[in-house]
Amino acid sequence: MRELLLCPPDHYAIEYEINPWMSRARGSEAALAKSQWQGLHKTLVSLGAKIELVPPQPKLPDMVFTANAGLTVGRKFIPSNFRHQERAGEAPYFARWMESHGYEVLWLPKNLYFEGEGDALFGGDALFCGYKFRSDIQSHRAVADMLGCLVISIELVDPRFYHLDTCFCPLPDGSAVWFPAAFDEYGQRAIRGHVAELIDVAEEEAKSFSCNAVVLERDIVLPEGAPNLVRSLEERGYRCHQLPMSEFLKAGGACKCLTMFLPQRESV
Amino acid sequence: MFSETIELRGHIIDSLILPKVLDEILSRGANFKMLEVKIGERRADQSFARIEVSAPSGDALSDLILRLRQHGAEVEEKGDAQLAVAPADGIFPADFFVTTNQQTFVRIGGEEYEVRPAMMDSGIAFERAKKTARTVRFADLRKGMEIVVGHQGVRVVPVQRVTERTDVFQFLNSMISAERPKGALIREIASEFEAARKTKQKVLVVAGASVIHTGAAEYLEQLINWGYINLLFAGNAMAVYDIESTLFGTALGVNLAHGALTDSGHENHMRAINVVRSAGSVAGLVKRGTLTRGIMHACVTRGVEFVLMGSIRDDGPLPEVITDSIEAQRIMREKIEGVTLALLLGTMLHSFAVANLLSASVKTLVVDINPSAVAKLTDQQTFQALGLVTDIEPFLRELVHCLHELRAK
Repeated sequence: MRELLLCPPDHYAIEYEINPWMSRARGSEAALAKSQWQGLHKTLVSLGAKIELVPPQPKLPDMVFTANAGLTVGRKFIPSNFRHQERAGEAPYFARWMESHGYEVLWLPKNLYFEGEGDALFGGDALFCGYKFRSDIQSHRAVADMLGCLVISIELVDPRFYHLDTCFCPLPDGSAVWFPAAFDEYGQRAIRGHVAELIDVAEEEAKSFSCNAVVLERDIVLPEGAPNLVRSLEERGYRCHQLPMSEFLKAGGACKCLTMFLPQRESV
Repeated sequence: MFSETIELRGHIIDSLILPKVLDEILSRGANFKMLEVKIGERRADQSFARIEVSAPSGDALSDLILRLRQHGAEVEEKGDAQLAVAPADGIFPADFFVTTNQQTFVRIGGEEYEVRPAMMDSGIAFERAKKTARTVRFADLRKGMEIVVGHQGVRVVPVQRVTERTDVFQFLNSMISAERPKGALIREIASEFEAARKTKQKVLVVAGASVIHTGAAEYLEQLINWGYINLLFAGNAMAVYDIESTLFGTALGVNLAHGALTDSGHENHMRAINVVRSAGSVAGLVKRGTLTRGIMHACVTRGVEFVLMGSIRDDGPLPEVITDSIEAQRIMREKIEGVTLALLLGTMLHSFAVANLLSASVKTLVVDINPSAVAKLTDQQTFQALGLVTDIEPFLRELVHCLHELRAK
């Protein structure tokens, strides 16, 4: 049974603008956000996942996006070093929670930005890591040192897809869903070289954050608005669970951003 | 070229970060040199690359480095060059850095300064007030000058050899023996001269007395009159025989038209010297209307600067001849600045002296009948030097002929 970390959206709101999706002029509706989050929670539970909740904190509206808490492998937790001051305050709460739940917390050097599972996703035996908008490539090296695994560093080139989990989603059969234009030519080649099969997502569907999906074996939980992707996933034998995510899209997040695996991998 | 050394670590091969960085460098008009590469043996092993990146300007380099940092490049910290004070006039501090003829930079206070001019067998003096680094020779060295010592913080940039053929100098970089055909080559050399004239480059000729003895004076005179030459270095003898041949038709008594000794011909060069000395200078002789043609006449009338250097065996010498060899070297260094093409004709020792002052980037053509003279010079100027083993006269005749054809087009 997969364990997932979520954070209730009690304090969630658009209070600052740190990506192209965020606009304080276009705030989220608290009640709707809450029901959408509960929909996700319910779906994940129904798929057999065990959900842990980290207590939300006032003035840290984005804490709801637990994928950016850090990266968990086995009992090791590497907390994020957030690039934006607005989110830096989340790190100690996540670290404390993980520590109190028996995880060994391994901090990266403070000068290296790293935004956890948002920019670090295992696919096959490699850890794919995005860099430039949020994480630094230097942090990838440090993560590779800590975990002793192959890290494929990929430059993100489209600011709308500022985290790797917004445009790339590895699947358990060795394939992956991706929006190729979010990467430069080298990143695309590096991904092609390490992923057996790639399922392209068209820009229209990528914009609804369809790559931002939680994959639980054959079940894929993703935001609604990607009929073509859903069709190709179902053709491959996956069951797709499409959820409304409008209120979180306003902050540049969706299903995967709201979830962190405990752990993402048992070992490398 | 300005340069920095960067280091890349991590899974730079699998992530294609290494090829990306190298492509980025080249696509921005910069260059790289791989200093060290260590490839991880196992899948999880990280790799390492140390790369020297060079760009044509400091700004272009910093822009590039900024971009490369995003891809994880770390810039290697460089040490400053060490300076020590010259203890007395003409004496370098111990362990002073000795220059080559290649482009050289020194790093002081974290900034790189190009050492000018690029000249071999010199020291490097750094002037703090002007923030300049310049090559300095024993004769110009003054007590208290700050001189670069050791090798730290000094970077020498070799002239890049090009793989594709761009011009005859870069293509050959070598010596063409007497047994090889030269027609096509001289045509290409002619194109170089034509290009240099059109782009107003500074062309230097170093001419030995053999130019006159072999009967090639009229061709060199033609080159000067056509505006291909901007500066002439020669010895007393070349100038004397040129004037002798113009006044008496002989060079050291040999009739140039018939190739035979003339009666009392041995007197002619002494009379020629005397005539010039009585006129006060070569220019004075031209002004009097006595000297009406020849190489020296062409220099005076075309305003081509000439520097005549003396030697122990000189007769006279002519009034312009500089007999203090240190002073002569200083003047040559001064005049040589800006020269991009140098033609060294039939004078081994004078050619060596000039080659010692030339930067490696100057295209240098050596023509001499003596293979060892040519070999020695092309070995020294290995980057853009071309040597032809041939008599001077047929070479210059052919060069003038090719230029004549080029000009007719």
